[in-house]
Amino acid sequence: MESVGSIILYVVVAAAIIIFSVLAVTTRKILRAATYLLFTLFSTAVVYFMLDYQFLGAVQIAVYAGGIVVLFVFAILLTSHPGHSSERLASSRVALGLIASLAMLAVAAYSLFTRCTLFNAAPELTPEQAVDMNKIGTAILGTGDGQYLLPFEAISVLLLACIIGGIVVARKR
Amino acid sequence: MSPIIPLLILAIPLTMFLFLGIAGCKLSHKTAGVLGTLGMGTTLVLAYLTAFTYFFDPQFINEAGERIQQVLFDQTWLHLYDNLSINLGFLIDPISAMMLVVITTISFMVHLYSLGYMHGEKGFQRYYAFLSLFSFSMLGLVVATNIFQMYIFWELVGASSYLLIGFFYTKPSAVSASKKAFIVTRFADLGFLMGILVLSYYTGTFDFIRMTSDPTWVLASTGGATFMGCSVLTWALVLIFTGGMGKSAMMPLHIWLPDAMEGPTPVSALIHAATMVVAGVFLVARMFPVYMMEEAATTIVVVIGALTAFYAAIVACTQIDIKRVLAFSTISQIAFMMVSLGVASAGGGQVEHHGLGYMASMFHLFTHAMFKALLFLGAGALIHAVHSNDYTAMGGLRKYMPITHWTFLIGCLAIAGIPPFSGFFSKDEILSACYAWSPFVGVWMTMVAALTAFYMFRLYFLVFHWEEHKCEHHTPHDAPITMSLPLIFLAAVSIVAGFIPFGHFVTWNREAYDIHLDWTIAGSSILIAVLAIAFAWKMYYRKNDLPAKFRKALPNLWDWCLHRFYWDELYIFITHKIIFGLVCRPLAWFDRHIIDGTMDAFASITNRASDAIKPLQSGQVQMYVWVYVIGTLLLGAITVICLI
Amino acid sequence: MELKAIFYLIPSLIMFCCGLYGFITRKNMIAMLISLELMLNAVDMNFVIFNRFLFPGQMEGMMFTLFAIAIAAAETALAIAIIINVFRWVKNIDVRELNKMKF
Repeated sequence: MESVGSIILYVVVAAAIIIFSVLAVTTRKILRAATYLLFTLFSTAVVYFMLDYQFLGAVQIAVYAGGIVVLFVFAILLTSHPGHSSERLASSRVALGLIASLAMLAVAAYSLFTRCTLFNAAPELTPEQAVDMNKIGTAILGTGDGQYLLPFEAISVLLLACIIGGIVVARKR
Repeated sequence: MSPIIPLLILAIPLTMFLFLGIAGCKLSHKTAGVLGTLGMGTTLVLAYLTAFTYFFDPQFINEAGERIQQVLFDQTWLHLYDNLSINLGFLIDPISAMMLVVITTISFMVHLYSLGYMHGEKGFQRYYAFLSLFSFSMLGLVVATNIFQMYIFWELVGASSYLLIGFFYTKPSAVSASKKAFIVTRFADLGFLMGILVLSYYTGTFDFIRMTSDPTWVLASTGGATFMGCSVLTWALVLIFTGGMGKSAMMPLHIWLPDAMEGPTPVSALIHAATMVVAGVFLVARMFPVYMMEEAATTIVVVIGALTAFYAAIVACTQIDIKRVLAFSTISQIAFMMVSLGVASAGGGQVEHHGLGYMASMFHLFTHAMFKALLFLGAGALIHAVHSNDYTAMGGLRKYMPITHWTFLIGCLAIAGIPPFSGFFSKDEILSACYAWSPFVGVWMTMVAALTAFYMFRLYFLVFHWEEHKCEHHTPHDAPITMSLPLIFLAAVSIVAGFIPFGHFVTWNREAYDIHLDWTIAGSSILIAVLAIAFAWKMYYRKNDLPAKFRKALPNLWDWCLHRFYWDELYIFITHKIIFGLVCRPLAWFDRHIIDGTMDAFASITNRASDAIKPLQSGQVQMYVWVYVIGTLLLGAITVICLI
Repeated sequence: MELKAIFYLIPSLIMFCCGLYGFITRKNMIAMLISLELMLNAVDMNFVIFNRFLFPGQMEGMMFTLFAIAIAAAETALAIAIIINVFRWVKNIDVRELNKMKF
């Protein structure tokens, strides 16, 4: 049995996710779309907090909201006029998009609702099960079973390559 | 006899061919010509040596007084299975020794003559290379120890004939003539090959000596098998004769020979008068003991020969091109030889005449080779002088070209059968043999002989007498020494060759045999020849309108003769209308529309399908995503539905 | 009332569908990239939800999301670099105009 506060929080967060997602893809002003994306990402971070993954929520806010969206805003400012709204979409294209997304929604929702295990409440975490910083740090830098040093290193190299690639691609000739 | 000399006889022309063919372009015309002539001269000496040794050395005559057939060497070339292999070797017997003499003599004369005749022609070295190739092939043909070796060289002479007819390959008529000769003889050779296969299937051998020394065994080995009412042996012999018909231009396969005159004139003298065209006669003569076993086959030989002889003679009476006249004359004379071989087998019940025709045929082959080569080389000299093939451009040439005139006259007298020239003796023997077989054939052939005398003297008078043809540019004159020398030599041979006691050298059973002249037959044939010549003299000696009157009196006959009885048109009709029109065109239609159509349909379906789906490849990544998502969803939906 | 897994999954699904719709319909490349981020975010969320509800006490889903965020950052940075470069060359970032690479 959840507390009333968390239910209210859930309702607010779920509504925010749905509304801002829809707005992010339907607004005709590109800068607003980036803003709605930011709100969606924040809401996602709240979901992570609600599910007891505090570290993940923090990363979500720091990397996504703090890094990626800022990048978006810069790119938008570089490539288009902020106040400019794009022209109205052709209805055939809207229809195509709607067909694909609604079909996706139908198939996925149908398969979700036919899985009874998804109707369980979240089990309470014992203190050992709680995911604290200590455990995460050990897992990332360990080489044992269920530990992730190798992916971590791979990601580091990938990021480095990405930085170099970004510079090379975008630099002025 | 050691096998070195025979090997050299074959090796020298072959080497000369390879050398002149490969290195010819580096040599000057003169070097190439002299080299080829010298090579042929050496071969001539060696061949004479071989022939004289064979004919005069007593070691080649056995106790029974027969000349032996000796295989000087015989090498297995293709081993088929234990009992059957194809050999290449050198067989010497009376006819091959005689042919060695004929071929090398004529070939040498032609080599010598061509030095003058072909002077300055483009491709002079190539010409000599081909002549050497031809000489090699022809020599290989006559000394073949087995029928398959003969077939191999048979094809080689066909190929070299093709090359030489088409020597002036920039002239469309020469090209088509060479193709015609090749294709017609190729059809005939198919028959020859089938005949060889049938015969060897039953007898299990290709060897000439094995077959001819015991022809009853050949007959027995077929085991009395029949096919469509005729015995297998008859079929085999007729099929082999078909090959001979093609090479020797017997009706109805004669159509290539008149066109083959597109080649250089010395080539006509060598190949299409003296040597290659008698290969068919030689083939029948080689298989003669086997032919003797089958009366049906020899009858066919006689009938075809007699018809061809008459046909060619009457056509020769109207031709305008002097080389065509000589070509038809050649067909007619070869038909004489064929008839003679055909009538030789039965002998009409008279022991005296048994095999007379064989001897007469070979005798005529020998004399004909000499005087016909002479006539052709003479014609070459005429053409060289006036630069035209038609008698209308000649006329009254006797004053300008005395050597050519006299030698040509000797050739004409020889072919007309006037004693003491060589043609008289051989033709008389043939007529005797024909009368012995059937008086009708005898009379028929006498008539053909009369026609021969007539058309030859028609030609002679039209060219050397008649009305003098005025040349504006130059006066014709006699040919240079290299061309006159062969003429004089061959004329001399044509005069004396009749006195050779041929029966002592070449007979069917290789026993010596004395020739008797039957003076009734000889006298009548001389009389009729003289009458024919007189008639020709009346018509053509001075310019008059008798020929035109004759032409008016018999317009149809004249037209038919002039157009060679429309044989070529018949062939064109059969090939174009019937074979091409009724067989090839539907096949081509089927090929083009059904077989190609199916393949084209695959291609065009692929093409259209790719055209139709090309817009999908729009380059718009959003469309790709859309298609991908829809596909994934379909798969997902199917999975979900199936899992329930 | 309890908050069940499905309650979290539905918003995430809607977010994904919105991303899909946007990716297909948008013409501006940056808008497409935003849609892409939405989809990626929805997937991350799913990982976390399944981890939490089905396998509490384990960290696979969470770790995967962690790395996915890092990769998404890298990917976005690179994509924006490319977009800016394209913009510099053709003065336009409308995808319908950018089909030169097709050939």
